Amino acid sequence: MLLALILALGGTMLLQKAFTPKLGLDLAGGTTVTLSPVTLNNAAPPEEILDRAVNIIRERVNGTGISDAEVAKSGDNIIISIPGVGQSEAIALVATTAELRFRQVLAMEPTQVPQQLATNAPTPSGSGSPNAPASPQPSDSASPAASQSAGVPKPSTSPTGKALSSALTAPSPATSPSEAPSATQNGQQQNGQQQGDQQQGQQDGKKGQDAKASPTASPSGQPSEPPAQDPNTGINTEGIDPTVLAQYNKLDCADPKNRGQGVQDDPNKQYAACETDGSYKYVLDVAKVVGTDIDTASAGVQQGTTEWVVQLDFKSKGAGEWSKLTTAAYNSPEPRNKVAVVLDGVVITAPNIISPIPGGRAEITGGFDQISATNLADQLKYGALPLKFNRSSVDTVSSTLGQDQLQGGLIAGLIGLLLVVVYCMLYYRGLGIVAVLSLVVATILTYTAVVVLGHNAGFRLSLPHIIGLVVSIGITADSFIVYFERIRDEMKEGRRSLRAAVEVAWVRARRTILIADAVMFIAAIVLYFLAVGGVAGFAFAMGLTTLIDIVVVFLFTKPFIALLARMKFFAKGHPLSGLDAERMSESGSTGRTTTPQEA
Amino acid sequence: MGLGRRLYRGEIDVDFVGKWKLWYSLSGFLLIISLAGLLINGLNLGVEFRGGTVFTFKSEQASVEQVRQTVLDGGVHQAIVQSAGTNGWRVTTESLPENTREQLQSQIAQDYKTPVGQVSVQAIGPSWGGEVSQKAWIGLAVFMVAIILYLSMAFEPKMALAAIVALIHDLVITAGIYAWSGFEVTPATLLGFLTILGYSLYDAVVVFDMIKEVTAKLGHTSKQTYSMAANNALNHTLIRSLNTSLVAILPVAAILFIGTTLLGAGTLKDLSLALFVGMIVGTYSSLCVATPLLVTLKEREPKYQAIARRLASTGGGKGSKSAAVAKG
Repeated sequence: MLLALILALGGTMLLQKAFTPKLGLDLAGGTTVTLSPVTLNNAAPPEEILDRAVNIIRERVNGTGISDAEVAKSGDNIIISIPGVGQSEAIALVATTAELRFRQVLAMEPTQVPQQLATNAPTPSGSGSPNAPASPQPSDSASPAASQSAGVPKPSTSPTGKALSSALTAPSPATSPSEAPSATQNGQQQNGQQQGDQQQGQQDGKKGQDAKASPTASPSGQPSEPPAQDPNTGINTEGIDPTVLAQYNKLDCADPKNRGQGVQDDPNKQYAACETDGSYKYVLDVAKVVGTDIDTASAGVQQGTTEWVVQLDFKSKGAGEWSKLTTAAYNSPEPRNKVAVVLDGVVITAPNIISPIPGGRAEITGGFDQISATNLADQLKYGALPLKFNRSSVDTVSSTLGQDQLQGGLIAGLIGLLLVVVYCMLYYRGLGIVAVLSLVVATILTYTAVVVLGHNAGFRLSLPHIIGLVVSIGITADSFIVYFERIRDEMKEGRRSLRAAVEVAWVRARRTILIADAVMFIAAIVLYFLAVGGVAGFAFAMGLTTLIDIVVVFLFTKPFIALLARMKFFAKGHPLSGLDAERMSESGSTGRTTTPQEA
Repeated sequence: MGLGRRLYRGEIDVDFVGKWKLWYSLSGFLLIISLAGLLINGLNLGVEFRGGTVFTFKSEQASVEQVRQTVLDGGVHQAIVQSAGTNGWRVTTESLPENTREQLQSQIAQDYKTPVGQVSVQAIGPSWGGEVSQKAWIGLAVFMVAIILYLSMAFEPKMALAAIVALIHDLVITAGIYAWSGFEVTPATLLGFLTILGYSLYDAVVVFDMIKEVTAKLGHTSKQTYSMAANNALNHTLIRSLNTSLVAILPVAAILFIGTTLLGAGTLKDLSLALFVGMIVGTYSSLCVATPLLVTLKEREPKYQAIARRLASTGGGKGSKSAAVAKG
């Protein structure tokens, strides 16, 4: 079992070609981003608003709590340090305003030159897989506007910049799937692959139908008997503010600048916007539901599918508004039966509403992978930034600690471990081998776990973590010291054979080890969930090593000793076995010359 | 027989519990000294907590060591030197008074042959600000409550109380060492404190587990008072305690040694001091603070008072001394 665990971890390392742990800011350096607030007339933003932005950014960047990033205020700017190089994804995550609005679609039309989009649009449209691990955003270098100076909206640098269409659905109410009120399918995207996405879930039959129907319906979705029509475009202009309509008519979504995120849209006004990939443009109604109506957001896999979705829980007021909004859309003709999800001024999805959605929950589906879903959920959960920021500089920085510190730490740690080995061998003799081998197993497990977590969960090893791991080896050692002493106790009483003593001692030692480790676990869990920044990361490491301690003692040390107990060398209490009855018992000869190491 | 041999055989019998007056006064003294240090000197908090000054400049011929030296020569105590981008340098120091700041700015410009105007100086806020500390404190408080609840269930409330008192004792004394030594308190140091927190509790739990096992046998006819039994248990786990502490402290001692002697200032030194002191104090406190405290609490229970009275009246053996003491 232990072997299987090690093989699994080792196999993951091999598969991912990851053999070294990811190091933290202090050891490996990273990327430092300076964010400057964009305000009217370049006025300094109020202090408390800036502080709020710092806190939101900190929570976003440490969403999982183990990445060891730092956020600090510098004058009016905010400086973010993220471990690792080329963290454009993470930077986009933290710097995006993430102002979310739900707006009913009033009018829409496809962009004239969609072919051109393929080169610019940050879509993995050719991949055919919404789970493509590659981030769908443009990297800094590839994006035409990223190098431009402050003030220019950047194209879709948000992690939500996946331009695949998404859909809004009510979350799968597991209790009553039959009456699942749901809604989905915006068929406005060209990616046929989306069809599959829409058909998953529990509301299959009706939904699937709808999904098939809409791609053809919506692009040409002009009602045939509109009460009022724009003479040029033929759209239904009823209820549309003429200024917004004028903006809409001018809006060219083929130009990446116009579908860049970062535009602040006034929730109380109608708004003309583009889809993130530029494939459609919309006239949108005032925002009836906004980001602050969201209570929590989380990323998850939709039930029964492999598709990543962002699940939203609205606050009670938001839930009511959301129900009203979806009802209104449901009762409207095409294309006004759609609700657009607008993030920082850009439509990320605009699904059809095929029934009102009560209950205050919703899912945004389609085109997410794990990273983009998690990022969007984090952005929504921690709230929108109260300010808009521009990246005034992005620098790769070296480690904050000198190389000497890392090397010194590692050398010292090794020396310390050697001392431990020597001590164990002197004190426990034969049993010392068990101790040393157990430590070796624990070290291998820790290393592989850290590597795998580094590559899959963003766990970053910093110097305090390394020291903590070294110390935890002491705690692992304690587990078998407790056990060994129990065995020796049993042997001293002299009533049992070694094989029996090993078992009896195990029962007693196991309880001690479990209680003591439970204490460490409580510490780790509480601090991981309640603290932020470095403390949370450290708590994570603490929990990890405690787990490894239990695994090693239960799956390696105990079976190994039981095995040894069958060997004559140990069972007969050979002087070098460490279980020499004479040296332990009261009646032992006092004339021995070998004195164990002074403690 | 040498001490080592007696320890190895488990033949040792130290009266930990009986000497409670000694331990209480020693710990009380250390606590007062530590608190005094915290009040008088305070902690030397790092840039991460207090914010500071950031110098950025470009230079083609500079090394981390050189830049660090320049800055330290300029009267700065804490310096984090990083290379930033191509030929760029970024030095974070503690908050500097204006004249030092300007001096350093021109010194950097002179040493690295850039115009003074190209050396930018900015104030930076704490990366470990109030919010972060606040959450850490809340986490700590919840943790303490959770541990008290857990230990109350796994053992009993009095053991939980004694373990927590010992834990606070360890943390205060470790913090006191920092106050007096003036070692910098960085986020790394705090993580060291957290390690102690886990370690100290872990040690106390192992000792208490043994005490629980031994004292569970105590009844009306037993020949031992609670304090005698606890003392026996303590002696019983003494080898384990010392072995464990040694195994855990050896690597830390090596790190502290290298950190202070070979490397000079740095995270390594700051962190390993916390661990080194904390572990020694943690071992001491689980033997000499937590257990005597537990005994003091337990001897007040009628059941154990009865045993103590009975044994005292019959001149009950060698444990009468500690029994009498614990009653007082």
